[in-house]
Amino acid sequence: MNKPITKPTAATEAPETIKMNMIQAINSAMDVMLGRDPDVLVFGEDVGYFGGVFNATEGLQKKFGLNRCFDTPISEAGLIGTAVGMAAYGLRPCVEIQFADYIYPGYDQIVSEAARLRYRSAGDFWCPMTIRSPYGGGIFGGQTHSQSPEALFTHVAGIKTVIPSTPYDAKGLLIAAIEDDDPVVIFEPKRLYNGPFDGNPDNPVTPWQKIEGNDVPVGHYVVPLGKARIARAGNEVTVLAYGTMVHVAIASAETAGVDAEVVDLRTLSPVDIESITASVKKTGRCVIVHEATRTSGFGAELSALVQEACFYHLEAPIERVTGWDTPYPHAFEWEYFPGQKRIGAALKRVMEA
Amino acid sequence: MASLKNSRALSLRIPEPRFRPGETADFSNLNISEAGVMPRPEVDTQPKDMRDLAYGLVRVLDKDGQAVGPWNPGLDIATLKRGLRNMMLTRVYDERLFRAQRQGKTSFYMKCTGEEAVSIAPAMVLNHDDMCFPTYRQQGILIARGYPIVEMMNQVFSNALDPMKGRQLPVMYSSKAHGFFTISGNLGTQFTQAVGWAMASALKGDDRIASAYIGDGSTAEGDFHHALTFAGVYRAPVILNIVNNQWAISSFQGIAGGEDAPFASRAIGYNLPALRVDGNDFLAVYAATQWAMERARSNLGATVIEHFTYRAEGHSTSDDPGRYRPAQEAKLWPLGDPIERLKNHLIHLGEWSDDDQQALHAELVELVRAAGKESESHGTLHAGDRPSVKTMFEDVYKEMDWRLIRQRQELGI
Ligand SMILES: Cc1ncc(C[n+]2csc(CCOP(=O)(O)OP(=O)(O)O)c2C)c(N)n1
Ligand SMILES: [Mg+2]
Repeated sequence: MNKPITKPTAATEAPETIKMNMIQAINSAMDVMLGRDPDVLVFGEDVGYFGGVFNATEGLQKKFGLNRCFDTPISEAGLIGTAVGMAAYGLRPCVEIQFADYIYPGYDQIVSEAARLRYRSAGDFWCPMTIRSPYGGGIFGGQTHSQSPEALFTHVAGIKTVIPSTPYDAKGLLIAAIEDDDPVVIFEPKRLYNGPFDGNPDNPVTPWQKIEGNDVPVGHYVVPLGKARIARAGNEVTVLAYGTMVHVAIASAETAGVDAEVVDLRTLSPVDIESITASVKKTGRCVIVHEATRTSGFGAELSALVQEACFYHLEAPIERVTGWDTPYPHAFEWEYFPGQKRIGAALKRVMEA
Repeated sequence: MASLKNSRALSLRIPEPRFRPGETADFSNLNISEAGVMPRPEVDTQPKDMRDLAYGLVRVLDKDGQAVGPWNPGLDIATLKRGLRNMMLTRVYDERLFRAQRQGKTSFYMKCTGEEAVSIAPAMVLNHDDMCFPTYRQQGILIARGYPIVEMMNQVFSNALDPMKGRQLPVMYSSKAHGFFTISGNLGTQFTQAVGWAMASALKGDDRIASAYIGDGSTAEGDFHHALTFAGVYRAPVILNIVNNQWAISSFQGIAGGEDAPFASRAIGYNLPALRVDGNDFLAVYAATQWAMERARSNLGATVIEHFTYRAEGHSTSDDPGRYRPAQEAKLWPLGDPIERLKNHLIHLGEWSDDDQQALHAELVELVRAAGKESESHGTLHAGDRPSVKTMFEDVYKEMDWRLIRQRQELGI
């Protein structure tokens, strides 16, 4: 009973915009999609009446009813597995995993099932499912509320992996994910929910609503999957980053006085190889930044891609600035977090090479 | 063969709690047995011959504070007073650390208010080297086993003397010496591990048993079902405790399937004996644990115990239960409060008075205050001393490999 691809979305007239924080933008994406498409539904632990532990689904049950937005038992394998079944039927489930750290019980359903329905049935079944989950540190969440498991998903053929860094992108990417006919995992940088973060925990957070230019259309729009964005234009070195680290990287470049071009990948898989290549060929240098542990992190993939595509343009070895190869330690949040100091040092090293 | 097409449109049931904020809770629909009425089967009873115990409620303390019926463990006064003291100490401890979190001295805290009996009575029944696999809500086990509360506080504050070296979220204690398995933030995982620990003990001809805990909400995780399967198949010497405190953050127990069939009844399909127990009745919890312990020690295998209780406060310091359940729900809970009920029992026995209660409370407040002062002198999360940053790279493996050595150098420590 799988239905064909969702109807193409009509171009909208000059859209009405308002200031939203990232949670409101994510909420708005689900709100818009629940309203447009009766096959979209939202479920997960505590997402119904309560509206989610981060309020991402607030008001959706009230507005759309129990059948469109509901609580599930605490079973990630169960809620992802049922989402796969619903997607195979033809619905478009958008499920929440309360923290990325809790996605593992559902990993088999993602990796062996969602990712392969289309391939193993030769296109007979497919899985238009979206999984959203807050990821990353910076909130003193300890080792089970801080992880960045994106590389465990980018490694899997058949899954798309997305990480936004602004409210605008969070909404547009989430709508694109829900409309996509393949399974998409979106990790939301919880440290950015209320406002951008420059990596210095002593600086007060400026709410997104007060950030210049942070206007989010109230209606439907998409930010296409697979397309990066230049978050800061520059000429001396390319920084590849996503999620929280986009903002930390921009701040690091300014503090270090390096004219870095910060590329916000937005989609990790499939990654926007053209934007990466164009930037690195222009600057001749590349620093890769992520919060996840270093070994076999997504930075390793990026480093290989840059080397393959830009080897003759490189003027310095590619650097990676990442979380350490340890679990995320509660009391050492800021020693673990790859902050401005370490990014700035890497930027200077590649400039001196 | 002709298919019988259903002419009616299908529809789904999505469970909802009976009452929400602004409404008045009413628990009169709960099927609560009178104290003393449930039979106490012999410990070698076949699971199929004691299924009623999965649906009734084992209760000992009646509303007058009398201990009645076959499950009365007949405890001496000293044990009753120790139980009361342990529960009160746990509550006073919780209140102090909850406040400390509000004062910014740590990032997070979780109380077990109203559920003290569920951890303390079993800890007093079991030997201290029987291994417990708790969730974050059984701090009472450590307290009952005499783990120093200063050490517990050091962990909560992630300070210089934190036995977990600042690595774990507050309340995620660990103490092998006290038979307290390291707590995981990932729900349910400990349930299967406890069965494995118990299997190991049996494989080695040891005499120690295991005791596992899981919340009502978390029984939905696969681990719960894996644990029951393995425990049943191998007759592992383990007690499988389900703490049904009615809530899993904002989800009422019906979301985990507890409305249609009590959690204890999950045991039946695995051919495990099940006891459903008044979790706010110290004596009932004590007696049920004794029963299960004796069974496990006699090589008769595992028992599932559902402790029927109520989470009287928020899920954690991050939670506001007023957003999803009636404000007075906790006060209306028909099974009362475990501390009050044990106190009333002691008073009924003529061994205790309200004055004794007040004096003990004051003593415990002072004890916890002094412990807090001592612990805070070794630092709190954002102030004072903390563990050496160097230790961050230790214990990832037994020995540090080149990567961690290099990364530690890069951090410059
Ligand atoms: C695998 C996993 N999924 C989700 C969570 C988030 N979470 C933490 S506590 C909790 C509710 C647990 O409820 P219950 O099992 O009833 O235990 P209680 O808190 O009531 O003691 C949830 C959903 C988690 N810690 N681990
Ligand atoms: Mg619960």
